[in-house]
Amino acid sequence: MSATDTSEPNRRDFLYVATGMAGVVGAGAIAWPFIDQMRPDASTLAASSIEVDVTSLTPGMSLTVKWRGKPVFIRNRTPEEIKAAQDVPLADLKDTVARNANIAADAQATDIDRTAGKDKENWLVMVGVCTHLGCVPLGQQGDFGGWFCPCHGSHYDTAGRIRKGPAPENLHIPTFQFVSDTMIRIG
Amino acid sequence: MSGGHSTYSPKTGIGRWIDARMPLPRLVHDSFVSYPVPRNLNYAYTFGGILSIMLVAQILTGVVLAMHYANDTTLAFQSVEKIMRDVNSGWLLRYMHSNGASFFFIAVYIHIMRGLYYGSYKAPRELLWILGCIIYLLMMATGFMGYVLPWGQMSFWGATVITGFFTAIPVVGEWVQQLLLGGFAVDNPTLNRFFALHYLLPFMIAGVVVLHVWALHVVGQTNPTGIEVKSKTDTVAFTPYATIKDGFAMVVFLAVFAYFIFYIPNFLGHPDNYIMADSLKTPAHIVPEWYYLPFYAILRAITFNIGPIDSKLGGVLAMFGSIAVLFIVPWLDTSKVRSAVYRPWYKLFFWIFVINAIFLGWLGSRPAEGAYVIMSQLGTLYYFAFFLVIMPVLGLIETPRRLPNSITEAVLEKNKGGSAHPAGATAAPETRG
Amino acid sequence: MKKVLNGLAAIGFVLAGTAGVALAQEAHNAAEPTHFPIHKPKEMDWTFAGPFGTYDKGQLQRGLKIYKEVCSACHSMDLVAFRTLEDLGYSEAQVKAFAAEYEVQDGPNGDGEMFTRKALPGDHFPSPFPNAIAAAAANNGAAPPDFSLIAKARGVERGFPTFVFDIFTMYASNGPDYIHALLTGYDEQPPAGMEVPEGTHYNPFFIAGKSLAMAKPLSDGQVTYEDGSPETVEQYSRDISAFLMWAAEPHLEARKQTGFAVMIFLVLFAGLIYATKRKVWANAH
Repeated sequence: MSATDTSEPNRRDFLYVATGMAGVVGAGAIAWPFIDQMRPDASTLAASSIEVDVTSLTPGMSLTVKWRGKPVFIRNRTPEEIKAAQDVPLADLKDTVARNANIAADAQATDIDRTAGKDKENWLVMVGVCTHLGCVPLGQQGDFGGWFCPCHGSHYDTAGRIRKGPAPENLHIPTFQFVSDTMIRIG
Repeated sequence: MSGGHSTYSPKTGIGRWIDARMPLPRLVHDSFVSYPVPRNLNYAYTFGGILSIMLVAQILTGVVLAMHYANDTTLAFQSVEKIMRDVNSGWLLRYMHSNGASFFFIAVYIHIMRGLYYGSYKAPRELLWILGCIIYLLMMATGFMGYVLPWGQMSFWGATVITGFFTAIPVVGEWVQQLLLGGFAVDNPTLNRFFALHYLLPFMIAGVVVLHVWALHVVGQTNPTGIEVKSKTDTVAFTPYATIKDGFAMVVFLAVFAYFIFYIPNFLGHPDNYIMADSLKTPAHIVPEWYYLPFYAILRAITFNIGPIDSKLGGVLAMFGSIAVLFIVPWLDTSKVRSAVYRPWYKLFFWIFVINAIFLGWLGSRPAEGAYVIMSQLGTLYYFAFFLVIMPVLGLIETPRRLPNSITEAVLEKNKGGSAHPAGATAAPETRG
Repeated sequence: MKKVLNGLAAIGFVLAGTAGVALAQEAHNAAEPTHFPIHKPKEMDWTFAGPFGTYDKGQLQRGLKIYKEVCSACHSMDLVAFRTLEDLGYSEAQVKAFAAEYEVQDGPNGDGEMFTRKALPGDHFPSPFPNAIAAAAANNGAAPPDFSLIAKARGVERGFPTFVFDIFTMYASNGPDYIHALLTGYDEQPPAGMEVPEGTHYNPFFIAGKSLAMAKPLSDGQVTYEDGSPETVEQYSRDISAFLMWAAEPHLEARKQTGFAVMIFLVLFAGLIYATKRKVWANAH
């Protein structure tokens, strides 16, 4: 009896700890589906690519399409707008990062890196959501002739770069490409 | 809640600080730690705990499913399928919820049968029993309305038939049915209100469960001997003794539950509910969920008029009566002895009652024709006779077996018989003073 | 106790006797049956049955081919999206190409007009008919049922005591067994004296009557298989049944795999907690 008395507490403690741990593991595992179900579901993820026909967009015209539930601005810029944007020195910018999902994450916010690229500098494709708190900016308004967010007064220039106001970053550029000269695929 | 004096003494400063302001830890300690329970409880007594985790599981999965469910007749069916196909882990949550309802009822039926077997409803536990009956009624309502939500064929026609019960009420029946449906037939307003109520009722159940546990902790548990607790040696502390035993039973129950969820998730469902509701086409034969089948059999057993009551109203009355009779069970049982363990005849009739209930369930799933009707009538007769004749009469004429003097004596006798424990162990000091 | 057992046994006999009478009443005469189906479906061996069941991807691909070339002329499959066909072992590009063979309606475009475009992986299988009424009108008043859930929406009742055994054998193939039986059951001749309504086709495996509106849909050699599987009605029926099971229950494999881990855990946990319970209660006796 005395022999078991000395070994018993250890075995018992081990058993209690093992049972408790198994209980914790079980509770953790069952919690997962309840969290997992909150993530975007398969149909939401599948609808994440759209194609937009831009044949009818002449310079100076814009189109707003819905992508992933958010507005995307597609603008065929006028030569004046392009010139104005190109003339801005990087030092004047509040955010010097391009915020362009199609190029390197640290690329500078030069005008060309904000657009669809060489020979397509007139095309601007941006997520139309103010980087401040998520309102939709108004086009061709504000102090820089680009976009103006009425919620808290953020001014963007003709390349969608933040110039004045509380917004911290340039308007984001989603993944997109020209699948033909007149068709853009976003996402 | 336990009524007796509290043994809770907070050890830390913050514990004392909270205890002086809102003694919730004391309440929990007195109700679920130091609370004394009879030492001879068997596994039939673990189903109260199992039911509480099933209620929590149903509420949690239900809230999460409601995040994806679309409460509209044109979208409901598709939204449930979206949960099954597209939502991450959606199939798991949905199968947990649909099978959870069945396992909730399995547990509640065992819990009720345990109460009937051991005479748990007898004084001073009448209110405890009645609160349990109310919970059961609320569960039935919740389960029924939940089954309507996927908007399958059985959802629709089940709702049509069940709300049709109310048309049996003379004069105001039609009006009551339209009040329930929000229209002339089951449609969008019905679905909307059933969803709202299906979300509400589980919280009402939780509220009545609190009362049920409160009432339990005032009068204390019964036990297989049916003798009241007389001394401290008759009891053990709730924690760790009852908690660990309940815990083991819960895990075993969950294992069976998981087996159904993962391997035969549609076994307890009906194929027709995977067809979207069609108000112009009735399925060949409508059956409710399995847990209502005995009552459905009783409903259909009344095929004849009883005096001025026509068979339709008679069936509905018999069906509601079969549940209502549970409420008066404490006053129907005239026996001085509580537990069936010491009542050989009651034990026999009890087991016949259980088999009869299962048999009625099977009959409820059969078409209402030929010999099935006669068998349903015999089953219904026994169902009511058990409560209204056997219980009162048997209590007066039955000679019970000799009762032990105390729970401790019963435990000692049993141990002597089984001799699983060394004689010395019986004299071991109680861990709880 | 013995008395109790004898009593129970007696009750059991009485119940079994009455149940037997009832079942005998269910027996029907061959020419005018009243209970359907006339024959119960044969239990088939499915790769997806049992605790470790998985879909046979080759079989699902063949089933998809049958659905596309035969069934989809009349039967929609609204709830199934093309993107999920990757489960069948197709690559993203193959799924895209497959979807592009279908046209779906989209819109409105900039002018407010609806237009048709090639289907994308995110789209669902388009329906062969614009709505249920059109489907019924084109098919003698009987709208062909949607196929998304057909393998779970059909199942012949197993009866007592088989349905009890089904719990332990994990039988859950009522749907595919039924579909297979129906598709292979057209060749049986109606018994003498039976009248088969005009415009319907006798099939003793049909769940809701002696005959159905759909004519025998499959015949030997009708669909070409590239993997060398036999091009017979029997094989076609198995393949389409398996495919429809996948369409109805696409997460079956994940379910069974998760289930195995959960069961192992629960059994181990039950063992641990039982040992703990024994230790705790050792103090109380």
